[in-house]
Amino acid sequence: MAVPTTTSGRPATGGTRAITRRRGRTLQQQRARMFYILILPWLIGFVLFVLGPMLFSLWLSFNRWNLLNLPVAIGFENYVRMAHDALFWQSLKVTTIYAFASVPLGLAFALLLAILLNQRVRGLAIFRTIFYLPSVASGVAVAVLFLWIFNPQFGLVNNLLSYLGIPGPGWLASADWALPTLIIMSLWSTGGTMIIFLAGLQNVPAELLEAASLDGAGNLKRFRYVTLPLLTPTILFNLVLLIINQFQTFTQAYTMTNGGPLYSTLFYVYYLYQNAFAFLNMGYAAALAWVLFTIVLVLTVIVLRTSDRWVFYQGGG
Amino acid sequence: MITRSSAQRRVEAATRTRSRIKWRRLPAQVLTYTVLIVGSLVMLMPLFWMASSSLKSNYDVFTFPPVWIPQPPQWANYPAALTFLPFFDFFKNTMFIAVSTTIGSLLSNTLVAYAFARLEAKGREVLFYLALSTLMLPYAVVMIPQFVIFSKLGWVNTFAPLVVPSFFGNPFYIFLLRQFFLGIPRELEDAAALDGAGVLQTIFRVILPVSVPALVTVVIFQIQMTWNDFLGPLLYLSKESLFTVSLGLQYFLGEDGGAWHWLMAVSTVAIVPVMLMFFFAQRLFIRGIVMTGLKG
Repeated sequence: MAVPTTTSGRPATGGTRAITRRRGRTLQQQRARMFYILILPWLIGFVLFVLGPMLFSLWLSFNRWNLLNLPVAIGFENYVRMAHDALFWQSLKVTTIYAFASVPLGLAFALLLAILLNQRVRGLAIFRTIFYLPSVASGVAVAVLFLWIFNPQFGLVNNLLSYLGIPGPGWLASADWALPTLIIMSLWSTGGTMIIFLAGLQNVPAELLEAASLDGAGNLKRFRYVTLPLLTPTILFNLVLLIINQFQTFTQAYTMTNGGPLYSTLFYVYYLYQNAFAFLNMGYAAALAWVLFTIVLVLTVIVLRTSDRWVFYQGGG
Repeated sequence: MITRSSAQRRVEAATRTRSRIKWRRLPAQVLTYTVLIVGSLVMLMPLFWMASSSLKSNYDVFTFPPVWIPQPPQWANYPAALTFLPFFDFFKNTMFIAVSTTIGSLLSNTLVAYAFARLEAKGREVLFYLALSTLMLPYAVVMIPQFVIFSKLGWVNTFAPLVVPSFFGNPFYIFLLRQFFLGIPRELEDAAALDGAGVLQTIFRVILPVSVPALVTVVIFQIQMTWNDFLGPLLYLSKESLFTVSLGLQYFLGEDGGAWHWLMAVSTVAIVPVMLMFFFAQRLFIRGIVMTGLKG
């Protein structure tokens, strides 16, 4: 208590300096107070819609609950049950295969398109629009469209194949082909990834590329030694985003396949949804959700940990 | 580091290659155009097939080989399909949710992002990384508790569970807008501060007018997300009068899964609005993403 009195009771001699300094401090304090006021909506939302629900679902994962009666504490039973649940393993397998196939394919495909769209070509705006358009409309309308396109008898794909004399497979109706079909379909809406790559490409300084071509580097070399290293942060960003997204695939399973045939497209979140809202196993579904969260978290951490070996940051590192 | 390692070899090669650059460009150009055009055809073919199917008669949908341009086009499919279920109401509902969540996103995220970009305060970094880390949280983790909370509030079969959270910020938009705001020269705000403008005045008079591309990007992402959202409406809307387009289409598929000409008509109407929106806003949208330098 002694310190404030001495500062505030300072004699008039050093007055002006003290006042400006004090004013400066209050301005800073004002801005700091403003910071907390402005982020308040997010902070409230974080507590109400994220942190609170997270803790609730963690607690729920140690309970049995059908939404109607009171939850019953059962310890680790949900997690033990998971280990013996063949459908859980199936859904994990399906989702992992889907993610591990569609993420690298999607990245490569999106990067290729972005590179082409970063060239000086005529009709650039039209091409950009065409390649981005499909990803604008994802969701049920696209799911229904692809259900029709891959229709074994009357769909577009098997029609085109029949021109070539190739008998098309059953696609979504076949247990072997259903998942590959959904992977192919995911490539159609890779526009979001492409746009972010395009942004990264446009941020590559033109001087560097010019310098490289003056040094005699051809297109491939310029790409390999200038563009690609500068693009690695964007690749990292897209990679993490895609992993997180693909592990949460749901609409395709619900609308197109109902998880079948023979559980071949039983996506994790679809199985989780079934447990929660069809079988009313809320506790088990919560446990499934936490296992999913852990998997995504571990994968992200692995990617980020290894990123310093291949990600190159402009201006140091 | 990587560029330097090959620098010497490249200097030697320089004289040799320079004369070759001109004619070497031609095959590359041809290749670029070929891939772009073939790629465009592949991307557009499903959409064309959708539009084509939507204009076929019930019989033509199932003929082989397929007719690409149906004669005569069955325009009557559209009114028939769109009134089979009250799709106009579904559009109105979807539109209402899209507009409300867009307003919510713009209001909340600009303020939060500005605070993270420009206002120094204790714990700012920690809070920012906390916000970012929630990007990794699968929706499934909070899905059940949110459902319980919103049902207790009596919000099931209202639009509230789909709209209200958007007023409380979204980590992706916060990140995107913050990156954009960081790129705005500070002098603009200093000038405003000298004129005695407070923080809110600065945001609304100085920052937002120069942030149009970033704001357009948020609007497009948000409308796109709402338009395509399925799990949210599926959880909270079970009354048919409240259905969104996605739900309506799913219900239609379940009711009359073989009526492909009608299903394609509804799909076309469901897809076209968002595509048109992107088509008209694409310049600003792409500029917004480029200027936020979206990356790690």
